[in-house]
Amino acid sequence: MKRTVPLLIASATGFILIVAYFVPPIQAWSEQVSVWFNILAAVAFILGGANLLGNHLKHISDRARGWGYSVVLIVSFLATLVAGLGKIGVNPSADFPDFAWSGTYRQIGSPFWFFYEYAFTPLTATIFAILAFFIASAAFRAFRAKNIEAGLLLGTAFIVLLGRTFAGVALTSWIDPAVWSGFQYFTGLRIENLTVYIMAVFNTVGNRAIMIGIALGIVSTSLKILLGLDRSYLGKD
Amino acid sequence: MSALPAAAQTADASTAWFDWSRIYFLFVLVVLCGAVLAFIVLARRGMPMKVRQIAGLASVEDAVGRATEMGRPCLFVPGILDMNDIQTIAAVTILERVGKTVAEYDARIEVPTSKALVMLAAREALQSAYASAGRPENFSADDVYYVTEEQFAYVGHLQGVMARERPAACFYFGGFFAESLILAETGNGIGAIQIAGTAQPQQLPFFVAACDYTLIGEEFFAASAYLSGEPDQLGTLKGQDVGKLIVAAGIVIGAVAATLAELTGSDALRGFVTFLTERVMS
Repeated sequence: MKRTVPLLIASATGFILIVAYFVPPIQAWSEQVSVWFNILAAVAFILGGANLLGNHLKHISDRARGWGYSVVLIVSFLATLVAGLGKIGVNPSADFPDFAWSGTYRQIGSPFWFFYEYAFTPLTATIFAILAFFIASAAFRAFRAKNIEAGLLLGTAFIVLLGRTFAGVALTSWIDPAVWSGFQYFTGLRIENLTVYIMAVFNTVGNRAIMIGIALGIVSTSLKILLGLDRSYLGKD
Repeated sequence: MSALPAAAQTADASTAWFDWSRIYFLFVLVVLCGAVLAFIVLARRGMPMKVRQIAGLASVEDAVGRATEMGRPCLFVPGILDMNDIQTIAAVTILERVGKTVAEYDARIEVPTSKALVMLAAREALQSAYASAGRPENFSADDVYYVTEEQFAYVGHLQGVMARERPAACFYFGGFFAESLILAETGNGIGAIQIAGTAQPQQLPFFVAACDYTLIGEEFFAASAYLSGEPDQLGTLKGQDVGKLIVAAGIVIGAVAATLAELTGSDALRGFVTFLTERVMS
């Protein structure tokens, strides 16, 4: 029963939405389902918040390794929650000046805005910035010319990288019909043109092959889910 | 009909019960789904289903075994998308298979999620896996937990888990974006065996560069069926192959028609190519 009812709901909704794609009068149903999902996700978010608090309170009470981080998390979580939900420091909206909570919670200058602008944004930007270093280390490993395939990859990557820099463009700028009319047959060898060719032909071909495989995989997986052949995501009865 | 005013014709079209401009898509859908269903029926009747070996999936057991020997946990990251995305559903089904192997080896698996609904589904799947392996008592709901919806805050947590707990095997299955390389490089740094799979083509090169095994394209969606070994599910993979044949035939026909249209200047062939590109493929 625990699996059958959700499975029936999933199957019925899925098949109705497939039919809706072809039947104009019920095409708007897919938007309605999207709204239902957002409501479910919002309710589940409360469960997520409770789980987060429960886990970290347990860390603190157990004095588990790194429990100090849990203290920081709980303090930050509660401070942001109270500042956001309580609209602390938010001025009433100009349209409803008599209602204290009528202003937007993201109002500039409010504590919530302050947390977001001066704590959250710099922290996430820092994590994102690490990516630059990881790209360098991954590229170093990927481009080691250990065999013919790796050598081809290295050569192709070198041309594409070079073609996107000013120096790369300048390097082959002499292949110009204005310099010698015979060069009109060789302009395709200019680094920037080679880059465009590699991206438009080889890269696009590979990408489309992968996309076709993914599309077929999605059809097959969706069918398995809708028919109830794969119920592992629903757990056990 | 032609005698009707334009406004009346528009109103009539807008209330049509069937969108005829999508008939080609319906045809492709029926053929593909029909092929999948046909192979499911054949599999049930005992037709042997041979599936080529996928190195990344064959090594799941090795990775879990290594984690068990080293006394370290496994880490399963189901991406950053919610349960309304097919990649996440596929990831949860793979989690069930991986979880069963983990339970059989008596290892530990940690599943931090960035969506509360994914946490609930992952818990159900993992609990089911432990029960299937005959060790329901070893399942701990605390191992599947919610972290945050924020992409880089989630990544920060995962990096912290990797640095502190040093999992011996890391599995990345689901929808990933800019965080793919950050996670895979961090895992590489701690010497974990890493297996990844996603349907985000832009992230595949990053996983290929930093992981030991990467499931590319349809391999990711085939993983659950491959790991289950159930005839029904393997039948769906065979059905996909029919889809590939149809697509391949379409590509060859389209390429030949486009080439001949250019060489001969035939209006009929040009019209056919336009029909393929603007009606069938759009």
